[in-house]
Amino acid sequence: MKQMTYDHILVRYAELSLKGKNRSQFEKRLQHNVRTALKTSFPEVKVKRSFGRMFVQLNGHDEQGVSKVLKGLFGIHSISPALKLENDIDLIREGAVYAIKDALPAEKGTFKVTSKRIDKTFPVRSQKLNRELGAEVLKNTKEIQVDVHNPNVELRVEVRQDGTYLTCRTEYGPGGLPTGTGGKVMLMLSGGIDSPVAGYQMFKRGVEMEAIHFHSPPFTNERALQKVKDLTKVLSRYAGTEIRLHVVPFTEAQKQIHDAVPGEYEMTIMRRVMLRIAEKVAGKRDALALVNGESLGQVASQTLDSMHTINEVTNMPILRPLVAMDKQEVIEIAQKIDTYELSILPYEDCCTIFLPPQTKTKPNRNKANRFESSLDLDAIVKEAAEGTYEQKLSSAEELDKEFEDLL
Amino acid sequence: MIYFDNSATTRPYEEVLETYTKVAHDFFGNPSSLHPAGKQAERLMNQTREMAARLLDVKAKEILFTSGGTEGNNLALKGTAVRHRSRGKHLITSEAEHPSSFETFQQLEQEGFEVTWLPVNKDGVISLVDLKEAVREDTILVSLIHVNNELGSVNPVKEAGNFLKQFPKILFHVDHVQGIGKVPLRIKDSGIDFCTVSGHKFHGVKGTGLLFAREGIVLSPLFSGGKQEHQLRAGTENPAGAAALVKAMRIHFERSAEGNRKLFSLTDELIASLQEIEGIAVNTSANRAPHIVNFSVPGVKPEVLVSAYGEKGMYVSTKSACSSKEPEPSRVLSACGFNRDRAASGIRVSLSYENTDSEIRTFLHYTKEIVPSLLEVVSK
Repeated sequence: MKQMTYDHILVRYAELSLKGKNRSQFEKRLQHNVRTALKTSFPEVKVKRSFGRMFVQLNGHDEQGVSKVLKGLFGIHSISPALKLENDIDLIREGAVYAIKDALPAEKGTFKVTSKRIDKTFPVRSQKLNRELGAEVLKNTKEIQVDVHNPNVELRVEVRQDGTYLTCRTEYGPGGLPTGTGGKVMLMLSGGIDSPVAGYQMFKRGVEMEAIHFHSPPFTNERALQKVKDLTKVLSRYAGTEIRLHVVPFTEAQKQIHDAVPGEYEMTIMRRVMLRIAEKVAGKRDALALVNGESLGQVASQTLDSMHTINEVTNMPILRPLVAMDKQEVIEIAQKIDTYELSILPYEDCCTIFLPPQTKTKPNRNKANRFESSLDLDAIVKEAAEGTYEQKLSSAEELDKEFEDLL
Repeated sequence: MIYFDNSATTRPYEEVLETYTKVAHDFFGNPSSLHPAGKQAERLMNQTREMAARLLDVKAKEILFTSGGTEGNNLALKGTAVRHRSRGKHLITSEAEHPSSFETFQQLEQEGFEVTWLPVNKDGVISLVDLKEAVREDTILVSLIHVNNELGSVNPVKEAGNFLKQFPKILFHVDHVQGIGKVPLRIKDSGIDFCTVSGHKFHGVKGTGLLFAREGIVLSPLFSGGKQEHQLRAGTENPAGAAALVKAMRIHFERSAEGNRKLFSLTDELIASLQEIEGIAVNTSANRAPHIVNFSVPGVKPEVLVSAYGEKGMYVSTKSACSSKEPEPSRVLSACGFNRDRAASGIRVSLSYENTDSEIRTFLHYTKEIVPSLLEVVSK
């Protein structure tokens, strides 16, 4: 008798069912993303779509490892490890006991069995199958009981032509839309707590993403830049692919702004310049929107007056997924997506380094334009955009090149 | 040389030594320094920690690099006892622990803690029933060795962890020094709060180790003076040692599935053949790790046998303290209930993945020769 062990994972789609005619396109994209996410660590898995859901055939790979990856992919509503068995009542009995013991390892709790007999040539009818499997589980476990109304676990059995599928345990994915179905955006990534969360929220809507960071050496140091690279790597987990990070040399621009602009408008003008540069880089990369981590009223630069004044310089859409969130909500997401610990590392970033003693909380467009008039904006933007270099970062690259052979 | 003393220490892998020297030479900056050399060393430490976490399937912030098994055990035990003494002063461990735990508990006893010493059976393992009975309202810590360093027997730490999950105030430490890679142990979600690992037991270098300390657990540090290792172990980090440890662990894990199968077949053969030799009693039970076999030749001082093997280039060990003229019986073997004669004559054979079938045969061949002749001398 073969050792029972989960050999498939059943994947249920999130919002895809709502998508009408586009549905199959979304499903195909999700299938592609699942394949891409699994191929390096789990080369033997097969990913198939059938009956409005997806099966990942494990072919010997570790169920927990594969599940962990799947649980991070957008477009996935939930997953359940599944046993595929021949349509043989003895095997199904054995499988039922295995699945219940796996879902209730302490052998305590309640369950129910829900059978579907799609293959009508199978001799045992579904009601009878429910009872038989229930009895088999009760016989082979200690303190597990039946509860058909509110069970701790539900054992689902589907007898199909190609075999019988048993699932019991269900875990949830992040929902949302599959990455790559929503066009490209450029994320303004500072290294703080908010911007990585903003990026994550956008992934949920299926976008492709590149990131832009403003680096001002020696006022911001290498550790700060490294932190942003590490954050990008973490985000690339949710992208399911590598992310291009554009690093803008910003020292010169900041110095010029610092010299020419009164302290209380420095932040406002700096933001306006950053937006102009970001727009330029985004344009080069065919991104259709900018994304940032602004939350209304959180700091001086994020009041409605500020946003209004800063936003003047571009007509590219600026998406602010955190705009109505509290700090605490943002922190909770940051913790969940593993960016929090990195974000709180205490390095200076470009927003804090030249921070004047007072920042205007209600700047206006007229004044901003007036203060900017003494700057050669075109030259500043051009120089920064041209000096920008990019680096592709991926969570799959565990180690820096120089350490690769060491560990 | 036939080296059968791998539970004492192992020969470092070449790749591990390469890592050690390369890191010590190329990345010698202090990870806490602000300049680029410091940043690079810090970066290496971070990636090393990340890799260790990945290998053990835990979080990077749950990995603390130490100087080895003794420090890991001391830090987990004393750190918990001191930090949580206001919660209660009752500790639980077994009679068959490694000295670095055993004597730590003795010290804690002198400092006013109450220790329940769980007995072990003939196989060298505790009973869960005893553990369940020992738990009290004021218990703050349970510590168990996973694979016994003298006998190779395997304690039911998985079951103990599962049981202890229902007592959130009781912290559970596992001394995993002999077990790592050899006997699978899932740390995550297992009820384990601390887990001690030592590098030189799996072909790393000496003076390296790590302690898993579950996220959210607080400890009192043994060393004060800096913010290194999540503020739990002051002192300049040892990037070369940490990297070497992780390299060794990675190689060890890569080899462990096949290696353990091979070791079981070698030690099965060894045990079966030893049992046929008159005068030899095998102490290791069926519930065992793949790499350790302990046997006694009652009547023969183990030191004599160790040196007889040594002359032939075969290195085994005895765990009895050979300091006094009076042969001190092994504490572990005594705890298993073996009589004084047997407990005082234990020999430990401990293998690594490098050992071969022909080495076992050579060893057995000589054992068949030397044991009867020594017994003859003794019986006169």
